[in-house]
Amino acid sequence: MRSLAIASIGAAIFATSAFATEVAPDSVTFGEGGTVATSLTGVAGDPASGRKLFANRKLGNCLACHVNSELSEQQFHGEIGPSLDGVASRYDEAKLRGILVNSKMSFEDTMMPSFYRLKNGARTMKKFDGKTILTAQQLEDVLAYLKTLK
Amino acid sequence: MKKLLSTVALGIAALTIGQAASADPSRTAKLVIDGTEISTHAKGMAGGPLDELYSGWLFRSDETRALQLDDFDNPAFVFVDDGETLFNKVDGSEGKSCSSCHEAGDFKGLRPVLPRWNEAKGKIYSMENYINDCRTERMGADKWKWSKPKMTSMVALISLQSRGLPINVATDGPVADIYEKGKELYYTRVGQLDMACSNCHEDNYGNMIRADHLSQGQINGFPTYRLKNAKLNSIHARFKGCMKNIRAKPYGQGSDEFQALELYVASRGNGLSVEAPSVRN
Ligand code: HEC
Ligand code: HEC
Ligand code: HEC
Repeated sequence: MRSLAIASIGAAIFATSAFATEVAPDSVTFGEGGTVATSLTGVAGDPASGRKLFANRKLGNCLACHVNSELSEQQFHGEIGPSLDGVASRYDEAKLRGILVNSKMSFEDTMMPSFYRLKNGARTMKKFDGKTILTAQQLEDVLAYLKTLK
Repeated sequence: MKKLLSTVALGIAALTIGQAASADPSRTAKLVIDGTEISTHAKGMAGGPLDELYSGWLFRSDETRALQLDDFDNPAFVFVDDGETLFNKVDGSEGKSCSSCHEAGDFKGLRPVLPRWNEAKGKIYSMENYINDCRTERMGADKWKWSKPKMTSMVALISLQSRGLPINVATDGPVADIYEKGKELYYTRVGQLDMACSNCHEDNYGNMIRADHLSQGQINGFPTYRLKNAKLNSIHARFKGCMKNIRAKPYGQGSDEFQALELYVASRGNGLSVEAPSVRN
């Protein structure tokens, strides 16, 4: 029993330390114009994973609203927001991260969802309540992918 | 970003350069059923939220639109037939059918004015409420569920009697507060995706959202046969689907909230023709 308890305490400590560098949604610091300068996780984003998240209807689903020529193998691209072709030449990393974390800080009243924010619309379904649309690492992955769109 | 429908000229330009030209709303298509043209476009009320009103039919693909041009091709008519059978079927303790007291044709003119205030009951009434009152109070039969096939089939049969007539719901008098509540619901952002009906159906109609061509979210065509689920869909079931897509907990079908929303959305289409039963994807 005793060793089990110790093991689980150990696991708990390990889990906490894994999270220690991850910025919680409510603790994100925004700079001028809705930018977020520092990584949410301290772990470099993976552009290949970000590319998948961009198209995934249940996660980023960015294609629902944005054209992106780099994903031309995907059949349907939405036209609600601007094309994201060359977006990395228009915005720096901090600005792009800020747009993803909380789009409303960059574009007042925008329809674009805020991907790392807890305060969303009323009546959020139980399954999604208290959760962000993307995890911190998923957001960093999408960001890494966006940075390739030059 | 562009409103394809805002001007004809813009629309034609978009047709030639647009990436999804096949899904563009048609400005030339005419909904002519059995030689009778049904108008799919109307002017919005002065001071209203929409200058131009467009039926959802105009936003569907050529193939989907074609299904509505002939009642024999229209898959919704299987259910209208079911509605007719139910209309003549004796049910409940009183030994009566709808046809003991009504002829379907008597309901011409009813669809365009619903939902409306029912003075005797002191509440707003949708067609489903009237049907269930007759079943429980006049036939001694059970209520039908709001969006189940028996109800949607009957609503389709009754709505069809008004096909081609302009929607004309009242928004003042006893329903004024309900109308305001519906309007508030329409513009309130909900769900994890944090969107309001207006984000899609007012700000972005004419635009593609992934593979879907956004319409104005009008309800003149309900109940609607959807290719997606091969059945008739009630107005409230559609509202529910849209709320779930933005990860919001839907209101109940037949709830005060959805009836208020039904009234408000109906009023946004005042002037459009009743098109029931329509076909959508
Ligand atoms: C529901 C629609 C929608 C979704 C989904 C969406 N966006 Fe957006 N996005 C917009 C709109 C609309 C704008 C324009 C901002 C405004 O409202 O003025 C925008 C703007 C942007 C911009 C700024 C572009 C520029 O050139 O100014 C970036 C970057 C962006 N979105 C990235 C993303 C990414 C990445 C995703 C997926 C994780 C995403 N968006 C998902 C609607 C959306
Ligand atoms: C015993 C007679 C009787 C039966 C059976 C009956 N109804 Fe009625 N129905 C009425 C009466 C009476 C009214 C109220 C008319 C009024 O107030 O103007 C009414 C009202 C309605 C209305 C509202 C009409 C309007 O213009 O306001 C609808 C819709 C309706 N009935 C549908 C049905 C359906 C569908 C059935 C079968 C499921 C049915 N009724 C069965 C007697 C009947
Ligand atoms: C994220 C975008 C989005 C939001 C927000 C949204 N809808 Fe929809 N809605 C759609 C799509 C996509 C369709 C199918 C294509 C079309 O007709 O626009 C649709 C269809 C409809 C239709 C059917 C139209 C027809 O002609 O058959 C109605 C009615 C409707 N929506 C009402 C609503 C209401 C009411 C709300 C708010 C509770 C709402 N929608 C919110 C995307 C949305």
